[in-house]
Order: sequence, then structure tokens, then C-alpha cells
Amino acid sequence: MSCKTLYDKVWDLHRVTELPSGSTQLFVGLHLIHEVTSPQAFSSLEEKGLNLFCPERTIATVDHIVPTKNQIRPFSDHLAEQMLQKLEENCSKHSIKFFNIGSGNQGIVHVIAPETGLTQPGMTIVCGDSHTSTHGAFGSIAFGIGTSQVRDVLASQTLTMKKLKVRRLWFSGKLKKGVFAKDLILHVIQKLGVKAGVGYAYEFSGPVIDNLSMEERMTICNMSIEGGARCGYINPDQKTFDYLKGKEYSPKEENWDSAVKWWQSLSSEENATYDDEVKFDASEIAPTITWGITPGQSIAIDSCIPKPESLENSDQQTALEAYKYMNLKPGISLEGLKIDVCFIGSCTNGRLSDLQKAAEIAKGRQVAKGVKAFVVPGSEKVAKQAEEKGLHQIFIKAGFEWRKPGCSMCLAMNPDKLEKDQISASSSNRNFKGRQGSAKGRTLLMSPAMVAAAAVNGAIIDVRKLLH
Amino acid sequence: MSNSSDFPSGPIKKIKGKCIYLPGNDIDTDRIIPARFLKCVSFEALGNQVFADDRIDSNQLHPFDRDENKNGSILIVDKNFGCGSSREHAPQALMRWGIRAIVGQSFAEIFYSNCLSIGIPCALISEFDIKLLIQEINNFKQDQLTLDINSQKLISRKNSWSINIEKAASNMLLTGGWDATSILISQKEKINLTMQKIPYLNSFKI
Repeated sequence: MSCKTLYDKVWDLHRVTELPSGSTQLFVGLHLIHEVTSPQAFSSLEEKGLNLFCPERTIATVDHIVPTKNQIRPFSDHLAEQMLQKLEENCSKHSIKFFNIGSGNQGIVHVIAPETGLTQPGMTIVCGDSHTSTHGAFGSIAFGIGTSQVRDVLASQTLTMKKLKVRRLWFSGKLKKGVFAKDLILHVIQKLGVKAGVGYAYEFSGPVIDNLSMEERMTICNMSIEGGARCGYINPDQKTFDYLKGKEYSPKEENWDSAVKWWQSLSSEENATYDDEVKFDASEIAPTITWGITPGQSIAIDSCIPKPESLENSDQQTALEAYKYMNLKPGISLEGLKIDVCFIGSCTNGRLSDLQKAAEIAKGRQVAKGVKAFVVPGSEKVAKQAEEKGLHQIFIKAGFEWRKPGCSMCLAMNPDKLEKDQISASSSNRNFKGRQGSAKGRTLLMSPAMVAAAAVNGAIIDVRKLLH
Repeated sequence: MSNSSDFPSGPIKKIKGKCIYLPGNDIDTDRIIPARFLKCVSFEALGNQVFADDRIDSNQLHPFDRDENKNGSILIVDKNFGCGSSREHAPQALMRWGIRAIVGQSFAEIFYSNCLSIGIPCALISEFDIKLLIQEINNFKQDQLTLDINSQKLISRKNSWSINIEKAASNMLLTGGWDATSILISQKEKINLTMQKIPYLNSFKI
């Protein structure tokens, strides 16, 4: 059993009591809500005649259903409009702070909470969204929950939870040029599999992680869930504190020193015990790209789609299903595969540095004929910063569309969808069947730079060939 | 399709019903309920939409469309069932279709806890036993099996298979504690005590 890890310390601090069933009642420091998984929680609360226990510890935004072209109200999709109205109504009735469109703070929930300083080390953070693991990048224990648990958190600021085991993933070496945080996490999921993290929290550590920026760390923790781990985290350090300093909801000046002192005490101890440990050499990682229908079905761009006989028995069936669905043959390379759509954005890769890396590739080049390419900033803040730096002009000049913030084509609960069996090069997090809005649509996950490279090349290409 | 009056409530000790086997590893919640059906403010309509795209794709041959599986209530699955998105819409859709228990080789974490929080047990079964179980349910398609949470068994006319529901979850099911809200709010005093020792709730002065 783990001890003296950050996970253990944060867990112990937030433990309210052990319930008779044997599960733990855990206090939630920050509860984030959005329009998709909260309306039924509020209805259920009202049916039970309950009020919010700590309304000031819940923050709302709207992201999944927002159109990214025209955000004028009412939305043309009346179901989307109804969901937003319901959220507005619930927030106003229960005095919940709501970052609505046009507030300057709206955006994908996992982009806005860190960038406003709401996400802080040592917190427990939950949201009705599996990518809540993103916030672990700050040394918080953050995980996705379902709607019944959203109701429980609204009613009590707590939930029932079983303590997870802790697996340390240690990265030595150095990421090569053209290889990004996205490649690292896709590589991990490919090596360990999509089920390996079930029952575990992932601690990402080692010199490679220390060298990553906060935005890169968020990309890594974001996709813990794709590896089966409900929660992933990184020990906070000076980069974490520098990122948070002066943010709107960060600790105020008079509390800053004591906050940092406490945050520093949270990191896993040198002599911490882990339930498991896996080591990686980051120098071995190449730009990585998925070819199948689970995020674990990926390859290095300079290798070939695996043949079924090279896979473990339990993976063969899903591989056969994937060749058929993707209409791709085992043994071939993905380089040169023609693509129809390029999507840059999402809670995985919709932050400023992601857009900068994509813009470096797009600059001075043109989106290939017949390819629809678009960039969706993760939040209003990201959009503003990118526009101040002129990134939008680089993209527009290159033939990309520059959109307004939202979840967009990551899950296609809005007008951004694939059509028929289109192939999309996507900086998002899931390549499940039908994920991007068409029941036959095909998704290839990769880094934003690789997506931009595919856009200008019209086909999948190793981004390193376009780097100067 | 199931009525709200039949939805799980109170202590859950045994579930009796026909089994439906849904083959495949890594079946994600986007497949269980595609995102377009999440555009709703209530779960009510989800029962009809469960596995919508997979069912269209299988030309009425999907396990959820076959006549012999009508009124089935125990779903048998393979590995990592319910991975991906945390949408509770997935277990809600299964429940509203008529599923009351799921038996499988492994479950994704969030899906598992979402099922528990609406009173749907997810029970583990070994790879060896699931093969025998599937054989038997194929031979006796109309048989009702009993999932007994207390004895951790799935019982058929001829056999009894060991299943595993971890202790806290089975306690919650057996006592009705899976419907956790009232238990959680009854601990207000302890919640307040916890809040008093958390630095970020107290200007970092602790």
C-alpha cells in the first residue's frame, strides 16, 4: 500500500470519515460543473428537497454544446439552447459563479480552472467529466464523476470513494525535437494499455516531467483516463507556483508565502512507497499517432500498423475490429494517408502553447486542397492571448478557420462533426468509433504540430520533416 | 423498456433475470450512448437510444435487438467495459432499457462507480468461468439466472459461478447505502471539522 506520496497526503487531509460500508467520505475542495452532466443532478437535488452545502466551492461554465462559429443567442440548436438556459437558471437559483460566453473566462472547463488560478496544489477537484484528471498537473487529486455524484457533491461537498493504489511512472532521458507531451502520453498508453490504470492513480515524475511546462503537464495528466487511471498527478514545483502567481483566484499576496510553503510540503517524499512503478526512457519516443479505435492503438510515426499475430491475445479482437472500422491494413505505414479534416483544440491540446506549436508549422504554408482545417482555442483567455500574438492571422493566412472556444469536434455535441467516413487528424483525446460525430467517422490522434503538418501536407506526415 | 417504478431502490440483495451476452473488450461509453443523445436535461428518453450506432450497424442483429434477449436484465460483458467518458447517461441508458446488473471480466473505474450510485451492481467473473457461463446461456436462452450479492454467486439451473463485488460496494448494495446522499449529509459535523483543518479553506493559516 502506498504511503507518503502526494496522493496519500491529499487523501488523508480530505478524508471526512469511514462510512459503515467501508468506503471513505471525501471532502471536495473544488467542484466544476458544465451543462451536460449537471441538469439532472440539480433536478434530483430538488426532488429530494436539498440545498447546496457550499455553493461558493462550485464553479460553472459552458463548453460541450457551444457552437464555435456563431455564438449569438438563442443558439440555432434549440436543445443546446435549452441546456445552456437550464445551467443559467440553476446557477442563478443556487448562487453559483458562472463563466458564461462573453465573460472573458468561458472555455473548456479543464482549461479555464487552471488559467484562472482556481486549480491549486493539494486540492481535491471533481467534475462530471472524465478529463478532470487534467488538474492533477498542479499536484491536486482530480477525477471525473457521474451525475449522481455531482448531486452528492452539491448537497454535501463530499462523495464516497475508495482509495486508489498509486503507480509511479518515471521518465528519464530527454524528449527529442518534434516530440511533445502528447506523444509521451500516447506512448505510455500504448505501452501499458488502456486498462492498466484501472484502480490506480498515476504519478508522473522524473527529469523529463520536471522539464515540462505547466501546459505540457496538463496534456499528460489529461489523458491519464485514456490509460484507465481515473486520476493522474505531478508533484508541484517552482513552475507550478510561478504559473499560479497573480492569477485571479490564486491565493492573495498576504497569503502567498504560506500557500507556497504548504504546497511544497505536499510532494511525494523521497522515501515514499508506491504500489507499482514503471520506468520509461523518453529519448526513445517518436511522434506518436493512433491508427485504431482505442487510444492505446498507436504507433511511432516511423513504424507500421501492427499485425494481429504481433499482439497479445486479448488485444487481437479489438485490433481486428479496428482494421475493419478504420479501413486500414496491418503492416502499412500511416505516412501518406490522406486526411479530410484537421482539428486543433480540446482540453488536451487547446492551450496557448499548443496553438503556438501548430502555428510554427502552419506559418508560411497552405492547408492542402480539399482539407478542412480549423483551430478552436480552449478558452476565451487562450483566444485573446493567441490573437494578441497574431497566431489567428498565421492560421487564417494558411487557410485554417479560426473559431470561438468550446469542446468542438472532440466529441461533436455541437455543429462541429465529421461526415460519413471522413478521416480526421485530431489533437483531441479519443478515437472511439463515432466519437467525432459520424457513426463511421475515423479519428487519428496526434500532437497539434502533427495535425498542422497533416493539414498542410494533405496527408499524414512525420512533423520532423517540416521542422527547420 | 423499463418503468421508473421498477428502477433500483433500497437494499438490493438478489437480481433475477435473463442474461444477455455482449461480446467485445474496451466497449466505451460513447458506444453505449453516443454524444448526440446527451443533449438533454433529463435521463428519461435514454432507454431507446442505448447502443444506437452499434445497433444500426448490426442490422437488427445486435444483442439488444434480438428477440430472445427481450426483457433480459443481467448483462454479461468482457474486459474494460464502460471505458472513456464519465457520462452517467451510459448506465442510465442501460438501466432504462432494463438492465439491473452487469457481470464482466473488468470494468472501467468511473463507469463502475456510476453504476453503483444508481444501484446497478457490476460483478467480476473470471475468464474461465465466463466461457462456461456463455455456453450455458446460449443453450438455455430463456432461463432466468439469479445474481446473489450476499453469497457472491451467479446461479443457474445447473451451475453456480463465483462472482466478485468488492466489499464496500456489496455492503452499499445490501444496505441501500448506494443511494449515498442522505448518508453523506448526515455527517455535517464531521464535514465541518474536516474543513477547519484544510489550509486552502483557512487562508493557509493552518
